[in-house]
Amino acid sequence: MPWSNQGGGRKGGGNGGGPWGQGGGNGPSGSGQPPDLDEILRRGQDRVKQVIGGRGGGGVPAPFLFLLGMLALAAIGFYGFFFRVNPDELGIVLRFGKFDRQEPPGLHFRMPYPIEEVATPKVTRQRKEDIGTARSGDRAGPGSDAYLMLTADGSVADVRFDVFWRIKTDRVANSEQSGVEQYLFNIQQPETTVREVAESVMREVVGKSNLQPLLTGGRQKAQDEVQQLMQSILDSYGAGIKIDQVVLKEADPPAQVIASFRDVAAAGQDKERFIKEAQTYADQKVPVAKGDADRIIAAAEGFRDQQVAEATGQAARFLKVYEEYKKAPQVTRQRLFLEMQERVLSGTDKIILDNKGGSGIVPYLPLDQLQKKKTDGGQP
Amino acid sequence: MRAFFAFLATLVVLAALALYGSAFIVHQNEQALVLRFGNPKQVIQTPGLHWKVPLVDTVDFFDKRILDLDTSEQEVSASDQQRLKVDAYARYKITDPLKFYQNVRYEERVKDVVGPLIESEIRRVLGSATLQDVVKDKREMLMKQIKDQVNKDGKDYGLEVVDVRIKRANLPQENLVKVFDRMKADRVREATELRAQGDAEKNRIQADADRQVTVIKAQATQKSDQLRGDGEANRNRIFADAFGRDPEFFNFYRSMQAYTETIKPGDTRMLLSPDSEFFRYFQDPSGKGSASPR
Repeated sequence: MPWSNQGGGRKGGGNGGGPWGQGGGNGPSGSGQPPDLDEILRRGQDRVKQVIGGRGGGGVPAPFLFLLGMLALAAIGFYGFFFRVNPDELGIVLRFGKFDRQEPPGLHFRMPYPIEEVATPKVTRQRKEDIGTARSGDRAGPGSDAYLMLTADGSVADVRFDVFWRIKTDRVANSEQSGVEQYLFNIQQPETTVREVAESVMREVVGKSNLQPLLTGGRQKAQDEVQQLMQSILDSYGAGIKIDQVVLKEADPPAQVIASFRDVAAAGQDKERFIKEAQTYADQKVPVAKGDADRIIAAAEGFRDQQVAEATGQAARFLKVYEEYKKAPQVTRQRLFLEMQERVLSGTDKIILDNKGGSGIVPYLPLDQLQKKKTDGGQP
Repeated sequence: MRAFFAFLATLVVLAALALYGSAFIVHQNEQALVLRFGNPKQVIQTPGLHWKVPLVDTVDFFDKRILDLDTSEQEVSASDQQRLKVDAYARYKITDPLKFYQNVRYEERVKDVVGPLIESEIRRVLGSATLQDVVKDKREMLMKQIKDQVNKDGKDYGLEVVDVRIKRANLPQENLVKVFDRMKADRVREATELRAQGDAEKNRIQADADRQVTVIKAQATQKSDQLRGDGEANRNRIFADAFGRDPEFFNFYRSMQAYTETIKPGDTRMLLSPDSEFFRYFQDPSGKGSASPR
């Protein structure tokens, strides 16, 4: 509760944890009580006494003491009347606790505490809430059910994600406050709020989605939805927080069933493999068959051409002989006949039987013996 | 001179003390309740410098921001008898410091005082909804119902519940195990189906390949037969053209060829009669003793 801890002696007493640079305190540490008014007065009184009294005791010359005093006053004055805003910060000035003005980076004038107080929130810094990584007191190791979320189809997903957010700096619609003011004045525990809103919203979004899209293509959609919904809820709180991005680190099936999910992936691979095998088979068989077919056709074409060529040749030969024959039919016919007889008879075994001698009697011819004689090499 | 200074100094100190005792600052994020001897006198909700009577009035400060209230996890049974572990959070504001002072007093006690109220509302509202409603269909509406009801019941506490949201809604362990089993069974079915699809596809592709092979071969045979037929037809045509010019001579000529072809030297033995045409001049130079020529 940083706000109840200013150095004004409120309940609880200041422990310097607040966002406010403590009133008159010096430097970024901001610790230490502001110089008490009484104290200053008393010291001033002493100094006046010393100077006026002109005692010059202790061997220290008065002008030196005076100079020292002036320097101290100047330092207090400087830190009391000015403040610095770093490039990543915005200066928010409260006058008597009420918002007064907003200052950009640089050196700025202020009234000293307790009239004005300054907060310098780091507005450019992006902050991250890591939801799903083990925190102290959270059971969030792998296999824990802290981040299991029910999906619309009654399954369970293990979802872990990061939320990146920052303080809003622009003016907020429908509000006289700027984002930084909202952040500082409207909400007590920004980190816890972001965390709890994030968890709640993620469960809501996951609960409206089926498991499968979450694990695969629907992640981007879920991230966007969570971001939008978170933003609208935080805006309804007037939290002055801008959600930059929601990043799903993990959206997995629970550890208890992940093996069977992996098996589905493996089955998908198997399916692909089966198909590839079959295609290889087809790629091998079909071309071979085509080759065979080409061969068969080529052979048939060869046969056809051969038939035609032979026929053409024989026909031509016949026609040539026929031409000759027409010139002298009788002679040619006789010549052809005799040539045939000559060719046939010249190569065959011949037995000439005169059937005038023994007509009606079939002569006995030992054909097998004749055959034997021939194979023995002798002449019949 | 010295006395004057002392007097002046005392005056200044007294003035400072008076200022310190009678002025107080209400911060932008605070509100204050001024009590006069314990009697509530004023509620201050505008930030800035405010005044009180020293020693007589006391001031209590309260946060004006949205505050955090985390309820403890509890098991709820939905209307369809499903059990659900629910963890919710609430965001609230102190709207009436006096009532808050009277009923709660400190922020730390809100969890003890209002927490059970919220928890019982969660049980009641979620108990009248089904699990499906809680998870999917009516989550927002149910959360709004809880919020409205808590606000109605909690009016006297001087605070306004800005939002109640279900942070976690999970199944208890034993139901979770059942869900896991079902998910596993689903995956096994899916994997089996995928493999079966792969198998079927494989068979289809292979059968198709085999079919293609058969068709290709049949087509080749068909074409081959056609070609062979063409060849034979052409051959017949060519022969018919040539031989048709003199069929009688063709018969003779072809017979001559056929005899020559079929009766090969060495494998034939012939019984010849001297009366045959061939031997016409064998015994008689005039060729008259033999059979008459054709």
